[in-house]
Amino acid sequence: MTTSLKAPEIGKQIQAQFAGAVIEATDTAVMVDSKSLLNVMAYLKNTAGLDFDYMTTITAVDYFQYFEVIYNLVSMVHNHSLTIKTRVYGRENPSLPSVVSLWRSADHQEREIYDLMGITFEGHPNMKRIVLWPEFKGHPQRKDYLR
Amino acid sequence: MTLRTEPFVINMGPVHPSTHGVFRMRVTLDGEVVVNLEPIFGYLHRGIEKLAEERTYTGIIPLTDRLDYVASMTNNLAYCLSVEKLAGITVPERAEYLRVIMSELQRIAAHLISVGSFFNDCGAYFTPFLYMFRERERIVDLFEMVTGQRLLYNYMRPGGVSQDIPEEFLPALQEVLKQMPLYIDEYERLLKDNEILYARARGVGILTKEMAVNIGASGPVLRGCGVKWDIRKVDPYSIYDRFEFDVPVGTQGDCYDRYRVRIEEMKQSLRIVEQAAKQIPDGPIRSDVPQLIRPPAGEAYGHLEAPTGEVGFYLVSDGSIAPYRCHIRAPSLMNLTALRDMIVGWKVQDLIVIFGSFAITMGEVDR
Repeated sequence: MTTSLKAPEIGKQIQAQFAGAVIEATDTAVMVDSKSLLNVMAYLKNTAGLDFDYMTTITAVDYFQYFEVIYNLVSMVHNHSLTIKTRVYGRENPSLPSVVSLWRSADHQEREIYDLMGITFEGHPNMKRIVLWPEFKGHPQRKDYLR
Repeated sequence: MTLRTEPFVINMGPVHPSTHGVFRMRVTLDGEVVVNLEPIFGYLHRGIEKLAEERTYTGIIPLTDRLDYVASMTNNLAYCLSVEKLAGITVPERAEYLRVIMSELQRIAAHLISVGSFFNDCGAYFTPFLYMFRERERIVDLFEMVTGQRLLYNYMRPGGVSQDIPEEFLPALQEVLKQMPLYIDEYERLLKDNEILYARARGVGILTKEMAVNIGASGPVLRGCGVKWDIRKVDPYSIYDRFEFDVPVGTQGDCYDRYRVRIEEMKQSLRIVEQAAKQIPDGPIRSDVPQLIRPPAGEAYGHLEAPTGEVGFYLVSDGSIAPYRCHIRAPSLMNLTALRDMIVGWKVQDLIVIFGSFAITMGEVDR
């Protein structure tokens, strides 16, 4: 059985490494400040005992005031999982650091989020639309997208 | 005198017999050698994630059929697992057994198509494919008996399944269980040690263990590299912890290993179905679930081992009758991340074999 790690404990561990990185840790997920996202992710991937070597999914949810981006991580070594969340504010040009340098499984998924939600990922090697055509206007997965 | 060569670009697809649907690759060739490849998606994008936001929780099940359309049973189940997790719905015993029987039969049917079309791509044009369609037909007949459908079954429901099996189902299943190993033996005799297959698939399109994990590969593509990772074992859902089965893995991660893993998985699936058919109890097939499900506000991720890999649904509920957000993890999309790395440097005829060994379904890649 894949055990989901206790988010509050991991939150404390991250907070000890990167002060101010953790905004809140609920029962199910650790909410991370978007500025330190890449550092936290690198820490989760490369620290012995955590070893999150497998990125299952990335998804984004539109809450109007902000977008929430959710990362599901799994460690194949220890068979445990963790959910990391981050928030990005603003609807004009929201942007986050890309995690492709850590997990290449983020490649197509970040492109998809850019395409459908309009969040740009800084440092992504090929940040362009994936399922819609290049001339398409708007980002249809947003809640306020007009039909 | 040396001849001057220059690279040229060709388009493979979106309409091409070996692209398994509507997939397009912009391939740059230097003579016969592939020097660059860019996959282009989206020809089958129907916006299922967006459509799901305006449907009731049960109304989404037919949409999930249309993801991996050769394995709709497992898609249905993955979605229902997420809804059950979100709303805290329990499933009666008999329904669990029916779910396992259907999922495993579906795995065999889907692998038959994958392996059959892989041989198509290897140049064994349509003979193995038709052999495998003959056997798949037997399984599809069973599904038709239960659901009335032959491709998109719409069978699983949150809290159970849509209908009970008719009384002629179990005898017919026993007949299939008796014959299927003989069919698989036949493929093994005809194809396993075929010299042309060795030449085309062995050592071709190698995916290393490290890269497979890093790109988020799953299913036979991951296990072909030798990583023993099967959701049925590492995170058992439904009642998979009650059955005895092995997880076949490959050794070097080439096209041949991926084909072998699929064949071995079919044998294991038969083992599971055999045990489940023996143990299936009587009882209700669905728990008491309201017509309009209103899960409490929250989030849930349910996943399972589908024929192509890990299918998962990330559902966000705001307490209403429709999900606020429904994200689908499509294994085929993830598996394709390494496509360029695996193909560059090989010849154009190897491209077809390597791509065929992924056995992607475009309905799932584009959603």
